[in-house]
Amino acid sequence: MRLRLPFDTQIDAPSRFPTGIRQVIARPPIPGLKLAFIVLNVIGLGLNVAIGFVVASGALDDEWYDFRDLGLAVGQLREGLDDRFDPAVSYVVTMLIGGVGILSLIGVILILLPWVERRLLARFQVRRGPNRVGPFGLLQPLADAFKLMQKETVVPRGADRFIYFLPPVLVFIPLMLVWGVVPWAPNMTYVDTNVGVLYLIAVGSLSTLAIFLAGWSSNNHYALLGAMRTVAMMISYEIPLSISLLAVVLLARSMQLSEIVAWQADHHAWFAFLMPFGLFTFFFSSTAELNRTPNDIAEAESEIVAGFHTEYSGMKAGLYLAVELGHAVATGAFVSTLFLGGWSMFGLEQWVPPYVILGVKIGLIYFVLVWLRSTLPRFRLDQLMAFAWKFLIPLSIIYVLVVAVEASIFARWDVPGLIPLAAYAVFNTALAWVLVRRWSGLMGYHPGSEPLRPVMATGVGGLRAARQLRGEA
Amino acid sequence: MPRASRQLEGTRVAERLEAAFPGVVTRSNDEWVEVVPARVIEALQWLRDDDELDAAQLSSLTAVDRHNHFEVVYHLQSLDRNHQIVVKALLTDHDTPALPSSYPVYRGALLQEDEVYDLFGIRFDGHPNLRRLFLWDGYLGHPLRKDFLQLEGRFPGLPQFPFEEKGVQVR
Amino acid sequence: MTTATDPYVLNIGPQHPSTHGVFRLRVVMDGERIQDVEMIVGYLHRSMEKLAEERTFTQNIPFTDRADYLAGMSNNLGYVLACELLSGVEVPERAQYLRVIFAELQRIASHAMANGQLVSDAGAWQTPLLYMWREREKILDLFEMTCGARLTTNYMRIGGVAFDPPPEFYPAVNQLLEELPDRIEEYYRLLIDNEIFLARTTGVGAITAEDAINGSLTGPMLRASGVPWDLRKAEPYCVYDRMEFDIPVGRHGDAHDRFTVRMEEVKQSVRIIRQALDEMPSGAHKTEIPLALRPEPGEAYARVEGPRGELGFYVVSDGGPAPYRFHVRAPSLINLSLLREMAIGASLPDAVVALGSIDIVVGEIDR
Repeated sequence: MRLRLPFDTQIDAPSRFPTGIRQVIARPPIPGLKLAFIVLNVIGLGLNVAIGFVVASGALDDEWYDFRDLGLAVGQLREGLDDRFDPAVSYVVTMLIGGVGILSLIGVILILLPWVERRLLARFQVRRGPNRVGPFGLLQPLADAFKLMQKETVVPRGADRFIYFLPPVLVFIPLMLVWGVVPWAPNMTYVDTNVGVLYLIAVGSLSTLAIFLAGWSSNNHYALLGAMRTVAMMISYEIPLSISLLAVVLLARSMQLSEIVAWQADHHAWFAFLMPFGLFTFFFSSTAELNRTPNDIAEAESEIVAGFHTEYSGMKAGLYLAVELGHAVATGAFVSTLFLGGWSMFGLEQWVPPYVILGVKIGLIYFVLVWLRSTLPRFRLDQLMAFAWKFLIPLSIIYVLVVAVEASIFARWDVPGLIPLAAYAVFNTALAWVLVRRWSGLMGYHPGSEPLRPVMATGVGGLRAARQLRGEA
Repeated sequence: MPRASRQLEGTRVAERLEAAFPGVVTRSNDEWVEVVPARVIEALQWLRDDDELDAAQLSSLTAVDRHNHFEVVYHLQSLDRNHQIVVKALLTDHDTPALPSSYPVYRGALLQEDEVYDLFGIRFDGHPNLRRLFLWDGYLGHPLRKDFLQLEGRFPGLPQFPFEEKGVQVR
Repeated sequence: MTTATDPYVLNIGPQHPSTHGVFRLRVVMDGERIQDVEMIVGYLHRSMEKLAEERTFTQNIPFTDRADYLAGMSNNLGYVLACELLSGVEVPERAQYLRVIFAELQRIASHAMANGQLVSDAGAWQTPLLYMWREREKILDLFEMTCGARLTTNYMRIGGVAFDPPPEFYPAVNQLLEELPDRIEEYYRLLIDNEIFLARTTGVGAITAEDAINGSLTGPMLRASGVPWDLRKAEPYCVYDRMEFDIPVGRHGDAHDRFTVRMEEVKQSVRIIRQALDEMPSGAHKTEIPLALRPEPGEAYARVEGPRGELGFYVVSDGGPAPYRFHVRAPSLINLSLLREMAIGASLPDAVVALGSIDIVVGEIDR
């Protein structure tokens, strides 16, 4: 007698959508789709190459060299509007463009990102990841969002209601704000403030406040523990983050992010080569700010269930998860912008649109973040704090001093830029190597000093045999 | 003959125990030594500290309900000498059985005594925190006692397996 | 105004991602330091020992599967050894070799789980666990091939084993033994000097050899503390006295030592299985016993070296078809005796890692 369920769960039935690349290649679902896909891509590629030729030949001068750089188009639009209407009109229009732009960017990212993360994580874990809901499981984030939205939001008794409802909104705001200063192309930045780096640090620390409010208002020991850990960790790691940014700013002589990228493009040198330790510090501190493994002690699932968002259910929890992913991509954007050259790629940006280059770099950094998450265990809180205060901060300060000296030499020395920069790259790398080894030795870290494998015994015994083994070993 | 291959004969252990503490052994046979419950700590401690018997580890502490008395069974083993000793303590008070806790001698008795208390009702005096381990605090009765279920004159057990007479060979 | 701190009570359990089953810890904490730990068990108590008094000796074998459900074969083996000790049933040689093979396969599967969940507790999001589970899946497939069940195998019988493995068992197990040493070495090298793993596990939950012996610890925990004690060598049952293998012994007794000891034990298990497969004679796989075995009145305590420690079965018979008393000496419960000493003074993540390194199975604790 077969058990009749109200719905038919066919767990073993094959998915109606193609679930693997082989299935798609073997049997495209819509006839002609493959051909259309190839044709469109060839056309797109050809168009880009043609534009690249035109740009390289110099036919379009500085004023409008590349219409793929949307910033120039927007600039032209604003001038046009200013000529004809009130200045307020162009202000409102650009505001709308900026707002819609950021929101659509974040929207697309947050719809695609959970899928990418879960498939990638699964690949690291010898399994497949979501592949049922939609072709290749692409509709999974939508299914998750819908599921979370239709869940009952359970507010714990004793929770401070206003402070309880505030943090999910509050934590989303920095995510939106922080995308405003990312330069996508030479003239394409939403808000090109000349204190971009300062803005980045300031806005990035807003989420700390939101997390603490979440943990406090939940009336739950786990949440409180998680919130305390988060605050301690995030505050500690703000400092090395800012110091490594300081090193970048010193050499680039500007806090404006588009200027920093332009410096890297002009000098054909990325800050990743010039100050590798700064890159490491920034990257590691970002993982701490993001609460991602190896620094996810704040929401260490194996100990405190879910940390500060234990008591949040439904879309509130969904917002936290979404924001964590969005921040991860934002970190990718900033690492790429500040250290990996942003939209520049040693001249390739004439052929390939600069925002595509930046997108690829962001993808690479995100891949590294997921890689770290899936393979590394997590640090304990006191180990994290010790690492920040006793290791990263002193070394970053030493590094900044060295870079400051280098920057002032660079400003005064009258030699083609590549020579001192190459020297700086070599010197900084060697300095980082030496410093790290010496300092960690000072801190009492001596790898390889203790044998790691157990002793193999062939007989049995008790305490006497144990003492013998200890005496021998 | 003792059953397990490295189990010491109870009579041998009893001789040495009696020599050290006269009057502590009540009975002994091939397999085990029975000691006076009130002096079980002395016996266990001596067995642990003696050089030849060297019962360094408590393998298992459990109890059996024999209708009119309880038996608390200690399986001890020596790691260096690789032998086992079985010690029993008979408690004749069936309603409120009690005997000293062996936690001071073997720390591994901590949870096993809790379990015996929970399931049999035997109190261990001197245990740091005797509590019911598996069942909750207000639970009435002690399940592993033979009179727990009050089955009208019959005790738990299987007097006759229904299909036993269907022949000795199974196939 | 003076500032003071109040300790607060944190309840870890019974539903928790890392308590390995329904196990509850009430922890009194002062900030991040633990002041007191109280274990509350019994959420999985199924009165196995009472139920066993009303069933025949053979009918109790499935109960033993479910005590330590991650090491069903070892449980079965211990129980049937106790019954054979009690009743004097002879076991044919082929059956003894088969018992050894399956007990060692079970050890590999159980240690894959144990080490995997230790690393998961330390924070790696199940990645090492899933890698180790590749081998565990193959072993569970072998079990299913032989006796029909993956986890609760019910394979050993009083007087032998239940089934002879089918012909497709031998190529599969040989292939597994080919792949296994390389895989173990790979997992070993990935994790053994992983900085973060070392930082999380060295010095955590360390127990000296004296404390370990006095606290009745057995199994990998005892060996990690430096005591070379293994029941397979001390009191060999089945045909272990004909097998050549070593015992890994740790140095400090911390979580890292327990991890490495378990990894080495898996390698030794591979050795044992190879030898057993080579030497296994043909013959009967069990002796016939009556449907309701009635041993002489008496008692027996038989123990096997289970993956978690000394798995002992104390069976008392009064001449009837059912045991008069059936007691499981559960290593998981007894290994928890020193949990308070390990956890007090440590921080919460350390306590979680220490608990993970003890490798408890709640089915065995509660029975």
